[in-house]
Amino acid sequence: MTTTTAPLPPAPVGAFTRAAFEAHLASLPPLPEWWLARKRAAFERFAALPLPVRTDEAWRFSNVSGLTLDGFAPPAPARAVPFASIGISKAARLIFANGRLFSREILAPDLGRRGVVVDTLQNALREHGDLVREHLLAQPARLGSGKFSALHEAFLVDGAFVHVPRGVEVELPIGIFSFALGDHAAVFPHTLVVADEGARVTVIDYFGSQDDTERQLAIGANDLYAGHGARITYVGKQDWSHQALALQSNSTVVRRDAGVQSLNVHLGARQARHESHSQLQAPGANSEMLSLTVARDEQEFDQRTLQIHQAPNTRSDLLYKNALLQRARTIFSGLIVVDPDAQKTDAYQSNRNLMLSDEADANSLPGLEIQANDVRCTHGATTSRIDPEQEFYLQARGIPKRAADELLTFGFFEEVLNRLSQDDLHAALRTLIQTKFAGEKAAR
Amino acid sequence: MSSLVIHDLHVSIGDKPIVKGLSLTVNSGEVHAIMGPNGTGKSTLAKVIAGHPDYTVTGGDVLLDGRSVLAQEADERARAGLFLAFQYPSEIPGVSIANFLRAAVQARLPEGEEIDATAYYKRLYAKMDLLKIDRKFTSRAVNEGFSGGEKKRCEILQMAMLEPKMAVMDETDSGLDIDALRIVSDGVNALRGPGLGVLMITHYQRLLNHIVPDFVHVMYDGRIVKSGDKSLALDLESRGYDWVKQELAALPA
Repeated sequence: MTTTTAPLPPAPVGAFTRAAFEAHLASLPPLPEWWLARKRAAFERFAALPLPVRTDEAWRFSNVSGLTLDGFAPPAPARAVPFASIGISKAARLIFANGRLFSREILAPDLGRRGVVVDTLQNALREHGDLVREHLLAQPARLGSGKFSALHEAFLVDGAFVHVPRGVEVELPIGIFSFALGDHAAVFPHTLVVADEGARVTVIDYFGSQDDTERQLAIGANDLYAGHGARITYVGKQDWSHQALALQSNSTVVRRDAGVQSLNVHLGARQARHESHSQLQAPGANSEMLSLTVARDEQEFDQRTLQIHQAPNTRSDLLYKNALLQRARTIFSGLIVVDPDAQKTDAYQSNRNLMLSDEADANSLPGLEIQANDVRCTHGATTSRIDPEQEFYLQARGIPKRAADELLTFGFFEEVLNRLSQDDLHAALRTLIQTKFAGEKAAR
Repeated sequence: MSSLVIHDLHVSIGDKPIVKGLSLTVNSGEVHAIMGPNGTGKSTLAKVIAGHPDYTVTGGDVLLDGRSVLAQEADERARAGLFLAFQYPSEIPGVSIANFLRAAVQARLPEGEEIDATAYYKRLYAKMDLLKIDRKFTSRAVNEGFSGGEKKRCEILQMAMLEPKMAVMDETDSGLDIDALRIVSDGVNALRGPGLGVLMITHYQRLLNHIVPDFVHVMYDGRIVKSGDKSLALDLESRGYDWVKQELAALPA
């Protein structure tokens, strides 16, 4: 065998060329210097980085050949959105279509008076520049999606900005809806949540398409910052087109005695990667990371997580549950990192896969990296099938096999949904997942 | 008027014959008891009637209202009017009794017809009142962490809601103390009536003090070897099963 040294090929950029980037910048309102500089730097990173390859440890088991950027383009502004209420009262609602604000409604009249900001990133860049600068994409992408995160930053048009000032509790959830409309549309949704000392807020991030057959690219990100004693509940519902390539990265920063609970529900996309990165930065910080996935047909859901304990007496608890149907694939790779001085850390990581098909494929790579000596950490992964005795029990009550399996799958998910303290949210999510099962029945 | 006819039924698990030519007819309004020693095939019979996939019927037939059910899946049989009260009901984590029963009731509606939730809960609560079951019960996960008595009461509640034509009750008395036995028996007695046939499978006579059968059958080695009225159960209680075995041994082969 002979080895030859070939010059490195240019890193692939698909439709996101330098010319496209300049055109994107020209389409935006005047940006603050710092943000423009960061976008330019992000574009250079994007252009220089290679696409992931099979041998990248951070992409182990992923279908890297599905990560092509060819053929996508920034979409035209949308004239209508497929918005459908999920039946939860909200304090405010932002709707984005193809990356631009479609509508903004403040439904709880006292939000403004209490100093709560629910606005677009474009407005926030002007009016709350310091806060945005401090928290927007402030944490480096550490889980493998560097190229895509850079693309997100470079081509980010607009997103949601939620700021809850000190001591303010927003009782009702804030809803953010991001839609991708049109074939080959590329969207870059972003949600930034900053909760100051003692503030409380719930944010629901919904991602959807109008047409399940449209090929789309969605590269989204969210930054959650919980200041001293703050509480953030974040629910992400990913329901992109079933032909979409979706990459989402989350960064959660938790300060002293603060808590963040995040639940991501993954239903859509052909191939979806979700990276979630929690930093427990000060004593008493707590991050609960939850996920539910219904993977069907040829869908691939690839989840990578990082729980970093940087201070003593911090807690993180991850529970990711996947139900796999047909030939679907899931990948879970999680890492708990405990820094040397993060004594008395409590860290849990659990990935459970329910296989509803013999052809489905679940991969699990749980991991620990502990440098402190007085910690409590557990991690584990299980893969199980429908219990035939449970199935027979339900069938013996007249419930057809398929509905029985569905009911058992809901039972499997319930452990995660039960962690939510809001009953209406619990009910709405259950209905959403049910609709997904029902839709599958109707479609096939 | 319904009938459950078991005709010369032969059942195997793998290559091992368990039920060996059993025949029995239960009509609506009748309560039959099958008694017999352990390992004689009683529970196998119950599961086969309900359609458990682990058993192979090698001969004979089971007919509900004249139609063979053997080709039907368990859920089809249940919707046709068969009910099995399990000896060991499964625990279903994360599925509440209310949602479970709702799915079972929904499955009986014509395709495309949605359950009327208000009417459903009204009926569920009426049945719970009839069986003296606390309403908080409905939000608990099916059988999860239930006591033996709660599990059996849950079975009876399901039977009350689904209103079967024929109920097979497999060792409903097992694992119950005397108070729980009385509660469960009262439940079954409350559901007794001209529209329901019951086949009770039991090892002990004590259940039959509470649910008085019209017919008693003795099952031994995969067959019914003796039938009679309720006095047969009392004979078995006082004389044990050995008496039956000896009588059988004395018969010409």
